[in-house]
Amino acid sequence: MAKQVLIIGGGVAGTIIANGLARQTRSELAAGAVTITMIGDTDKHMYQPGLLYVPFGKMRESELFRDQRKVLDKRIAFFVDPARKIDVEAKSVTTASGKTFTYDYLVIATGSRIRPDTIPGMSEGAHWFYDLDGARKLRDALNAFQGGKVIINVNAPHKCPVAPVEVTLMLREFFIARGVMDKTEITYTYPIGRLHGLEPVANWAVPEFQKHGIKSETFFNTKSVDPEARTITSEEGVTLPYDLLITIPPHSGAQVITDSQLGAGGWVPTNKQTLLREGSDNVFIVGDTTNIPISKAGSTAHFEADTVVDNLASLLKEQRWSRNYDGKVYCFIETGLTTGTYIMFNYTTPPNPGPPSAMVHWLKLGYNRMYWLSARGLL
Amino acid sequence: MSEKVIVDARGAFCPGPLMELIATLKNVAVGDEVDVWSTDKGSVTDIPEWCKKVKHECVGVVEQQGYWSVLVRKAK
Repeated sequence: MAKQVLIIGGGVAGTIIANGLARQTRSELAAGAVTITMIGDTDKHMYQPGLLYVPFGKMRESELFRDQRKVLDKRIAFFVDPARKIDVEAKSVTTASGKTFTYDYLVIATGSRIRPDTIPGMSEGAHWFYDLDGARKLRDALNAFQGGKVIINVNAPHKCPVAPVEVTLMLREFFIARGVMDKTEITYTYPIGRLHGLEPVANWAVPEFQKHGIKSETFFNTKSVDPEARTITSEEGVTLPYDLLITIPPHSGAQVITDSQLGAGGWVPTNKQTLLREGSDNVFIVGDTTNIPISKAGSTAHFEADTVVDNLASLLKEQRWSRNYDGKVYCFIETGLTTGTYIMFNYTTPPNPGPPSAMVHWLKLGYNRMYWLSARGLL
Repeated sequence: MSEKVIVDARGAFCPGPLMELIATLKNVAVGDEVDVWSTDKGSVTDIPEWCKKVKHECVGVVEQQGYWSVLVRKAK
Protein backbone atom coordinates (compact mmCIF):
# COMPACT_ATOMS: atom_id res chain seq x y z
CA MET A 1 0.00 0.00 0.00
CA ALA A 2 1.42 3.37 -1.03
CA LYS A 3 2.46 5.83 1.65
CA GLN A 4 0.36 8.95 1.12
CA VAL A 5 1.87 12.41 1.63
CA LEU A 6 -0.72 15.17 1.66
CA ILE A 7 0.30 18.84 1.49
CA ILE A 8 -2.19 21.59 2.27
CA GLY A 9 -1.16 24.90 0.74
CA GLY A 10 0.57 25.82 -2.53
CA GLY A 11 2.69 28.73 -1.33
CA VAL A 12 6.47 28.77 -1.06
CA ALA A 13 6.74 26.13 1.69
CA GLY A 14 4.19 23.68 0.32
CA THR A 15 5.54 23.94 -3.21
CA ILE A 16 9.21 23.49 -2.25
CA ILE A 17 8.29 20.46 -0.15
CA ALA A 18 6.17 18.88 -2.89
CA ASN A 19 8.81 19.36 -5.59
CA GLY A 20 11.77 18.50 -3.36
CA LEU A 21 10.10 15.33 -2.13
CA ALA A 22 9.17 14.29 -5.68
CA ARG A 23 12.83 14.57 -6.65
CA GLN A 24 14.04 12.63 -3.61
CA THR A 25 11.47 9.84 -3.90
CA ARG A 26 11.66 9.41 -7.67
CA SER A 27 11.96 5.63 -7.57
CA GLU A 28 9.28 5.19 -4.88
CA LEU A 29 6.85 7.34 -6.90
CA ALA A 30 7.58 5.30 -10.04
CA ALA A 31 7.01 2.05 -8.14
CA GLY A 32 3.75 3.28 -6.64
CA ALA A 33 5.14 3.03 -3.11
CA VAL A 34 4.63 6.77 -2.41
CA THR A 35 2.04 9.32 -3.56
CA ILE A 36 2.29 13.10 -3.17
CA THR A 37 -0.90 15.15 -3.24
CA MET A 38 -1.30 18.90 -2.86
CA ILE A 39 -4.54 20.76 -2.23
CA GLY A 40 -4.53 24.54 -2.62
CA ASP A 41 -6.79 27.58 -2.84
CA THR A 42 -5.76 28.77 -6.31
CA ASP A 43 -4.23 27.57 -9.58
CA LYS A 44 -1.84 30.57 -9.56
CA HIS A 45 1.43 30.72 -7.62
CA MET A 46 2.34 34.23 -6.49
CA TYR A 47 5.85 35.47 -5.70
CA GLN A 48 4.70 37.51 -2.72
CA PRO A 49 7.93 39.51 -2.11
CA GLY A 50 7.39 41.06 -5.54
CA LEU A 51 4.39 42.96 -4.17
CA LEU A 52 6.82 45.42 -2.53
CA TYR A 53 7.91 46.61 -5.98
CA VAL A 54 4.44 46.97 -7.56
CA PRO A 55 3.50 50.35 -5.96
CA PHE A 56 6.77 51.83 -7.22
CA GLY A 57 6.27 50.54 -10.77
CA LYS A 58 9.36 48.37 -10.41
CA MET A 59 7.62 45.05 -11.10
CA ARG A 60 4.78 44.19 -13.43
CA GLU A 61 1.83 42.24 -12.06
CA SER A 62 2.38 39.49 -14.64
CA GLU A 63 5.89 38.94 -13.24
CA LEU A 64 4.44 37.85 -9.90
CA PHE A 65 2.51 34.84 -11.14
CA ARG A 66 3.04 31.39 -12.65
CA ASP A 67 0.56 28.57 -13.18
CA GLN A 68 0.89 26.33 -10.14
CA ARG A 69 0.57 23.19 -12.26
CA LYS A 70 3.61 24.29 -14.28
CA VAL A 71 5.60 25.05 -11.11
CA LEU A 72 4.83 21.60 -9.68
CA ASP A 73 6.54 18.35 -10.67
CA LYS A 74 4.17 16.38 -12.93
CA ARG A 75 4.19 13.43 -10.52
CA ILE A 76 2.37 15.51 -7.89
CA ALA A 77 -1.42 15.26 -7.84
CA PHE A 78 -2.68 18.84 -7.49
CA PHE A 79 -6.24 19.88 -6.67
CA VAL A 80 -7.63 23.41 -6.41
CA ASP A 81 -10.01 22.59 -3.61
CA PRO A 82 -9.54 24.55 -0.37
CA ALA A 83 -9.26 22.53 2.85
CA ARG A 84 -12.17 23.13 5.22
CA LYS A 85 -11.53 20.66 8.04
CA ILE A 86 -8.36 18.94 9.18
CA ASP A 87 -8.83 15.93 11.45
CA VAL A 88 -5.44 14.85 12.78
CA GLU A 89 -6.99 12.00 14.78
CA ALA A 90 -8.75 10.45 11.78
CA LYS A 91 -5.82 11.41 9.50
CA SER A 92 -8.15 13.04 7.00
CA VAL A 93 -8.80 16.42 5.38
CA THR A 94 -12.17 17.51 4.04
CA THR A 95 -12.30 20.12 1.26
CA ALA A 96 -14.72 22.76 -0.04
CA SER A 97 -16.02 20.38 -2.72
CA GLY A 98 -16.83 17.75 -0.09
CA LYS A 99 -13.96 15.40 -0.94
CA THR A 100 -12.05 13.67 1.83
CA PHE A 101 -8.31 13.11 1.51
CA THR A 102 -6.51 10.67 3.78
CA TYR A 103 -2.79 10.62 4.54
CA ASP A 104 0.10 8.89 6.24
CA TYR A 105 2.05 12.14 6.47
CA LEU A 106 0.46 15.59 6.42
CA VAL A 107 2.16 18.92 5.74
CA ILE A 108 0.18 22.01 6.76
CA ALA A 109 1.42 25.06 4.89
CA THR A 110 -1.68 27.23 4.89
CA GLY A 111 0.17 30.50 5.55
CA SER A 112 -1.11 33.77 6.91
CA ARG A 113 -3.45 36.52 5.73
CA ILE A 114 -3.79 40.22 6.37
CA ARG A 115 -6.59 41.31 8.68
CA PRO A 116 -7.17 45.08 8.32
CA ASP A 117 -10.80 44.24 9.16
CA THR A 118 -9.81 43.62 12.79
CA ILE A 119 -9.01 47.30 13.41
CA PRO A 120 -11.86 49.84 13.14
CA GLY A 121 -11.45 52.13 10.13
CA MET A 122 -8.30 50.49 8.79
CA SER A 123 -9.86 48.91 5.69
CA GLU A 124 -11.42 52.22 4.70
CA GLY A 125 -8.64 54.60 5.69
CA ALA A 126 -5.38 52.80 4.96
CA HIS A 127 -3.36 51.54 2.03
CA TRP A 128 -1.17 48.44 2.05
CA PHE A 129 0.87 46.35 -0.35
CA TYR A 130 0.57 42.87 1.18
CA ASP A 131 -1.91 41.70 -1.45
CA LEU A 132 -2.28 42.49 -5.14
CA ASP A 133 -5.38 44.63 -4.82
CA GLY A 134 -3.76 46.68 -2.06
CA ALA A 135 -0.54 47.09 -4.05
CA ARG A 136 -2.52 48.31 -7.08
CA LYS A 137 -4.40 50.90 -5.01
CA LEU A 138 -1.21 52.06 -3.31
CA ARG A 139 0.45 52.44 -6.72
CA ASP A 140 -2.39 54.76 -7.80
CA ALA A 141 -2.21 56.69 -4.51
CA LEU A 142 1.56 57.19 -4.80
CA ASN A 143 1.28 58.43 -8.35
CA ALA A 144 -1.39 60.95 -7.31
CA PHE A 145 0.40 62.05 -4.12
CA GLN A 146 1.39 65.73 -4.11
CA GLY A 147 2.99 65.92 -0.67
CA GLY A 148 1.84 65.86 2.95
CA LYS A 149 2.08 63.64 6.01
CA VAL A 150 2.79 59.98 5.27
CA ILE A 151 2.56 57.33 7.97
CA ILE A 152 4.06 53.86 7.65
CA ASN A 153 2.16 51.93 10.32
CA VAL A 154 3.34 48.49 11.43
CA ASN A 155 1.11 46.07 13.33
CA ALA A 156 1.70 42.74 15.09
CA PRO A 157 1.85 40.03 14.06
CA HIS A 158 2.95 40.48 10.46
CA LYS A 159 4.97 38.61 7.90
CA CYS A 160 8.13 39.73 6.16
CA PRO A 161 9.41 41.82 9.09
CA VAL A 162 11.92 43.81 7.03
CA ALA A 163 9.36 44.97 4.44
CA PRO A 164 8.19 47.98 6.55
CA VAL A 165 11.75 49.32 6.75
CA GLU A 166 12.26 48.65 3.05
CA VAL A 167 9.09 50.42 1.93
CA THR A 168 9.93 53.42 4.13
CA LEU A 169 13.38 53.90 2.60
CA MET A 170 12.15 53.16 -0.94
CA LEU A 171 9.27 55.60 -0.50
CA ARG A 172 11.62 58.44 0.37
CA GLU A 173 13.64 57.93 -2.81
CA PHE A 174 10.45 57.55 -4.85
CA PHE A 175 9.17 60.91 -3.53
CA ILE A 176 12.53 62.56 -4.24
CA ALA A 177 12.37 61.28 -7.83
CA ARG A 178 8.82 62.63 -8.16
CA GLY A 179 9.90 66.00 -6.72
CA VAL A 180 7.49 65.94 -3.76
CA MET A 181 9.80 64.94 -0.89
CA ASP A 182 10.39 68.58 0.13
CA LYS A 183 6.64 68.85 0.79
CA THR A 184 6.44 65.48 2.56
CA GLU A 185 6.96 64.24 6.10
CA ILE A 186 7.34 60.48 6.68
CA THR A 187 6.59 58.95 10.09
CA TYR A 188 7.18 55.27 10.87
CA THR A 189 5.26 53.64 13.72
CA TYR A 190 6.24 50.35 15.36
CA PRO A 191 4.56 48.20 18.04
CA ILE A 192 7.53 47.87 20.41
CA GLY A 193 10.02 50.32 21.87
CA ARG A 194 12.47 50.31 18.95
CA LEU A 195 12.30 50.49 15.14
CA HIS A 196 12.43 46.75 14.45
CA GLY A 197 11.95 43.43 16.25
CA LEU A 198 15.57 42.52 15.53
CA GLU A 199 17.71 44.72 17.73
CA PRO A 200 20.65 44.89 15.26
CA VAL A 201 18.26 45.97 12.48
CA ALA A 202 16.66 48.52 14.82
CA ASN A 203 20.09 49.90 15.73
CA TRP A 204 21.00 50.08 12.06
CA ALA A 205 17.71 51.79 11.13
CA VAL A 206 18.01 54.61 13.69
CA PRO A 207 20.85 56.52 11.96
CA GLU A 208 19.41 55.65 8.52
CA PHE A 209 16.09 57.23 9.46
CA GLN A 210 17.73 60.21 11.20
CA LYS A 211 19.97 60.86 8.19
CA HIS A 212 16.92 61.05 5.93
CA GLY A 213 14.66 62.99 8.30
CA ILE A 214 12.24 60.10 8.78
CA LYS A 215 10.34 60.45 12.06
CA SER A 216 9.32 57.53 14.24
CA GLU A 217 6.77 56.69 16.91
CA THR A 218 7.53 53.53 18.87
CA PHE A 219 5.23 51.63 21.26
CA PHE A 220 2.42 52.24 18.74
CA ASN A 221 -0.20 49.48 18.45
CA THR A 222 -3.10 50.61 16.32
CA LYS A 223 -6.43 50.94 18.08
CA SER A 224 -8.40 52.64 15.30
CA VAL A 225 -8.25 54.68 12.12
CA ASP A 226 -10.59 57.58 11.41
CA PRO A 227 -10.80 57.81 7.60
CA GLU A 228 -12.78 61.08 7.65
CA ALA A 229 -10.61 62.96 10.11
CA ARG A 230 -7.54 61.21 8.63
CA THR A 231 -6.09 60.25 11.97
CA ILE A 232 -4.72 57.04 13.42
CA THR A 233 -4.81 56.30 17.16
CA SER A 234 -2.78 53.81 19.17
CA GLU A 235 -3.65 51.64 22.16
CA GLU A 236 -0.93 53.64 23.92
CA GLY A 237 -3.00 56.82 23.53
CA VAL A 238 -1.21 58.64 20.70
CA THR A 239 -3.13 60.12 17.74
CA LEU A 240 -1.34 61.07 14.54
CA PRO A 241 -2.75 62.96 11.52
CA TYR A 242 -2.06 61.65 8.02
CA ASP A 243 -2.58 62.47 4.36
CA LEU A 244 -1.44 59.03 3.21
CA LEU A 245 -1.55 56.03 5.54
CA ILE A 246 0.36 52.90 4.53
CA THR A 247 -0.20 50.08 6.96
CA ILE A 248 1.28 46.67 7.49
CA PRO A 249 -1.97 45.15 8.78
CA PRO A 250 -2.08 42.60 11.58
CA HIS A 251 -2.10 39.02 10.30
CA SER A 252 -3.83 35.83 11.30
CA GLY A 253 -3.45 32.25 10.17
CA ALA A 254 -5.81 30.41 7.84
CA GLN A 255 -9.46 29.97 8.73
CA VAL A 256 -9.18 26.19 8.33
CA ILE A 257 -6.72 26.10 11.25
CA THR A 258 -9.10 27.78 13.68
CA ASP A 259 -12.10 25.88 12.27
CA SER A 260 -10.20 22.63 12.90
CA GLN A 261 -9.25 23.81 16.40
CA LEU A 262 -5.56 23.35 15.65
CA GLY A 263 -4.37 26.66 17.08
CA ALA A 264 -5.53 30.06 18.33
CA GLY A 265 -5.31 32.79 15.72
CA GLY A 266 -4.60 30.19 13.05
CA TRP A 267 -1.09 29.46 14.37
CA VAL A 268 -0.39 25.80 15.07
CA PRO A 269 1.72 24.85 18.12
CA THR A 270 4.87 23.44 16.54
CA ASN A 271 8.16 21.99 17.80
CA LYS A 272 10.72 24.57 16.70
CA GLN A 273 13.34 21.93 15.83
CA THR A 274 11.40 19.02 14.35
CA LEU A 275 8.64 21.21 12.82
CA LEU A 276 6.18 18.52 13.90
CA ARG A 277 2.84 19.62 15.29
CA GLU A 278 2.93 19.38 19.08
CA GLY A 279 1.28 16.02 19.87
CA SER A 280 1.69 14.52 16.37
CA ASP A 281 4.45 12.43 14.83
CA ASN A 282 3.14 12.57 11.26
CA VAL A 283 1.97 16.19 10.88
CA PHE A 284 4.53 18.78 9.79
CA ILE A 285 3.82 22.50 10.10
CA VAL A 286 5.80 24.95 7.96
CA GLY A 287 6.05 28.62 7.05
CA ASP A 288 3.76 31.24 8.52
CA THR A 289 1.42 28.57 9.93
CA THR A 290 3.69 27.68 12.88
CA ASN A 291 3.54 29.40 16.25
CA ILE A 292 7.36 29.34 16.46
CA PRO A 293 8.69 32.71 17.67
CA ILE A 294 10.58 33.36 14.45
CA SER A 295 10.12 35.69 11.46
CA LYS A 296 7.12 34.88 9.32
CA ALA A 297 8.88 35.20 5.98
CA GLY A 298 9.41 33.42 2.68
CA SER A 299 13.00 32.75 3.65
CA THR A 300 11.93 31.05 6.88
CA ALA A 301 9.42 28.97 4.94
CA HIS A 302 12.09 28.05 2.40
CA PHE A 303 14.66 26.79 4.93
CA GLU A 304 12.01 25.03 6.99
CA ALA A 305 10.77 23.34 3.82
CA ASP A 306 14.26 22.07 3.00
CA THR A 307 14.37 20.43 6.44
CA VAL A 308 10.95 18.83 6.01
CA VAL A 309 11.92 17.46 2.57
CA ASP A 310 14.95 15.73 4.09
CA ASN A 311 12.96 14.34 6.99
CA LEU A 312 10.00 13.14 4.93
CA ALA A 313 12.31 11.52 2.38
CA SER A 314 14.28 9.77 5.12
CA LEU A 315 11.13 8.61 6.89
CA LEU A 316 9.62 7.27 3.66
CA LYS A 317 12.78 5.62 2.35
CA GLU A 318 14.64 4.55 5.50
CA GLN A 319 12.17 4.97 8.40
CA ARG A 320 14.55 7.32 10.19
CA TRP A 321 14.82 11.00 11.13
CA SER A 322 17.23 13.15 9.14
CA ARG A 323 17.89 16.50 10.80
CA ASN A 324 16.40 19.30 12.87
CA TYR A 325 15.65 22.86 11.73
CA ASP A 326 18.26 25.27 13.12
CA GLY A 327 16.20 28.45 12.75
CA LYS A 328 18.00 29.65 9.64
CA VAL A 329 16.63 32.82 8.06
CA TYR A 330 18.20 34.93 5.30
CA CYS A 331 16.57 38.19 4.25
CA PHE A 332 17.54 40.80 1.72
CA ILE A 333 16.76 44.36 2.83
CA GLU A 334 16.21 47.03 0.19
CA THR A 335 17.59 50.31 1.61
CA GLY A 336 16.31 52.48 -1.23
CA LEU A 337 15.62 52.05 -4.92
CA THR A 338 19.26 51.31 -5.82
CA THR A 339 20.95 49.84 -2.71
CA GLY A 340 20.39 46.93 -0.35
CA THR A 341 21.82 44.86 2.47
CA TYR A 342 20.99 41.50 4.04
CA ILE A 343 20.72 39.68 7.34
CA MET A 344 21.24 36.03 8.18
CA PHE A 345 20.59 34.41 11.54
CA ASN A 346 19.46 31.22 13.24
CA TYR A 347 18.37 30.13 16.72
CA THR A 348 21.84 30.72 18.19
CA THR A 349 23.48 33.38 16.00
CA PRO A 350 22.04 36.91 15.89
CA PRO A 351 21.92 38.91 12.64
CA ASN A 352 24.33 41.68 11.78
CA PRO A 353 23.29 43.85 8.80
CA GLY A 354 26.20 45.20 6.77
CA PRO A 355 26.54 48.53 5.00
CA PRO A 356 24.11 48.93 2.07
CA SER A 357 25.52 48.40 -1.42
CA ALA A 358 24.33 48.39 -5.02
CA MET A 359 25.61 44.83 -5.40
CA VAL A 360 23.24 43.40 -2.78
CA HIS A 361 20.36 45.31 -4.38
CA TRP A 362 21.15 43.65 -7.72
CA LEU A 363 21.40 40.27 -5.99
CA LYS A 364 17.90 40.84 -4.63
CA LEU A 365 16.61 41.74 -8.08
CA GLY A 366 18.31 38.60 -9.39
CA TYR A 367 16.65 36.49 -6.72
CA ASN A 368 13.27 37.96 -7.70
CA ARG A 369 13.78 36.01 -10.95
CA MET A 370 15.57 32.98 -9.49
CA TYR A 371 12.74 32.39 -7.00
CA TRP A 372 11.05 30.13 -9.51
CA LEU A 373 14.02 27.77 -9.29
CA SER A 374 13.61 27.71 -5.49
CA ALA A 375 9.92 26.90 -5.83
CA ARG A 376 10.81 24.02 -8.13
CA GLY A 377 13.17 22.68 -5.48
CA LEU A 378 16.27 23.35 -7.56
CA LEU A 379 17.90 26.24 -5.66
CA MET B 1 -12.21 30.37 34.13
CA SER B 2 -9.06 32.20 33.10
CA GLU B 3 -6.29 30.37 31.30
CA LYS B 4 -2.53 30.68 31.17
CA VAL B 5 -0.65 30.58 27.88
CA ILE B 6 3.11 30.12 27.74
CA VAL B 7 5.04 31.95 25.03
CA ASP B 8 8.45 30.33 24.81
CA ALA B 9 10.42 33.11 23.13
CA ARG B 10 13.78 31.97 24.47
CA GLY B 11 16.44 32.67 21.88
CA ALA B 12 13.97 34.51 19.64
CA PHE B 13 15.76 37.24 17.73
CA CYS B 14 12.87 38.15 15.45
CA PRO B 15 10.22 39.32 15.99
CA GLY B 16 11.19 39.06 19.65
CA PRO B 17 9.45 38.39 22.99
CA LEU B 18 7.40 41.61 23.22
CA MET B 19 6.08 41.25 19.66
CA GLU B 20 5.16 37.64 20.47
CA LEU B 21 3.32 38.84 23.58
CA ILE B 22 1.40 41.51 21.62
CA ALA B 23 0.38 38.93 19.02
CA THR B 24 -0.63 36.36 21.64
CA LEU B 25 -2.74 38.82 23.65
CA LYS B 26 -4.97 39.23 20.57
CA ASN B 27 -5.95 35.56 20.81
CA VAL B 28 -6.72 35.23 24.54
CA ALA B 29 -9.64 36.40 26.66
CA VAL B 30 -9.67 39.27 29.15
CA GLY B 31 -8.40 37.89 32.45
CA ASP B 32 -6.20 35.24 30.82
CA GLU B 33 -2.49 35.24 31.60
CA VAL B 34 0.42 35.05 29.19
CA ASP B 35 3.76 33.85 30.56
CA VAL B 36 6.56 35.07 28.29
CA TRP B 37 9.84 33.17 28.56
CA SER B 38 12.72 35.25 27.31
CA THR B 39 16.49 35.00 27.25
CA ASP B 40 16.66 38.71 26.37
CA LYS B 41 17.19 40.68 29.59
CA GLY B 42 15.56 43.66 27.85
CA SER B 43 12.22 41.87 28.25
CA VAL B 44 12.46 42.47 32.01
CA THR B 45 12.01 46.19 31.38
CA ASP B 46 10.32 46.58 27.99
CA ILE B 47 7.39 44.21 28.66
CA PRO B 48 6.39 45.91 31.97
CA GLU B 49 6.92 49.33 30.32
CA TRP B 50 4.57 48.43 27.46
CA CYS B 51 2.00 46.90 29.82
CA LYS B 52 1.94 50.13 31.79
CA LYS B 53 1.35 52.15 28.62
CA VAL B 54 -1.57 50.03 27.37
CA LYS B 55 -2.90 49.18 30.84
CA HIS B 56 -2.44 45.41 30.85
CA GLU B 57 -1.31 44.01 34.18
CA CYS B 58 2.28 42.84 34.57
CA VAL B 59 1.84 40.26 37.32
CA GLY B 60 5.50 39.54 37.92
CA VAL B 61 8.99 38.92 36.63
CA VAL B 62 10.86 35.83 37.80
CA GLU B 63 14.42 34.90 36.92
CA GLN B 64 14.55 31.21 36.07
CA GLN B 65 17.59 29.14 35.17
CA GLY B 66 18.95 30.90 32.09
CA TYR B 67 15.84 32.90 31.22
CA TRP B 68 13.25 35.30 32.56
CA SER B 69 9.56 34.57 33.02
CA VAL B 70 7.36 37.66 32.60
CA LEU B 71 3.72 37.07 33.51
CA VAL B 72 1.10 39.39 32.00
CA ARG B 73 -2.66 39.41 32.58
CA LYS B 74 -4.86 40.74 29.77
CA ALA B 75 -6.86 43.57 31.33
CA LYS B 76 -9.05 44.85 28.49
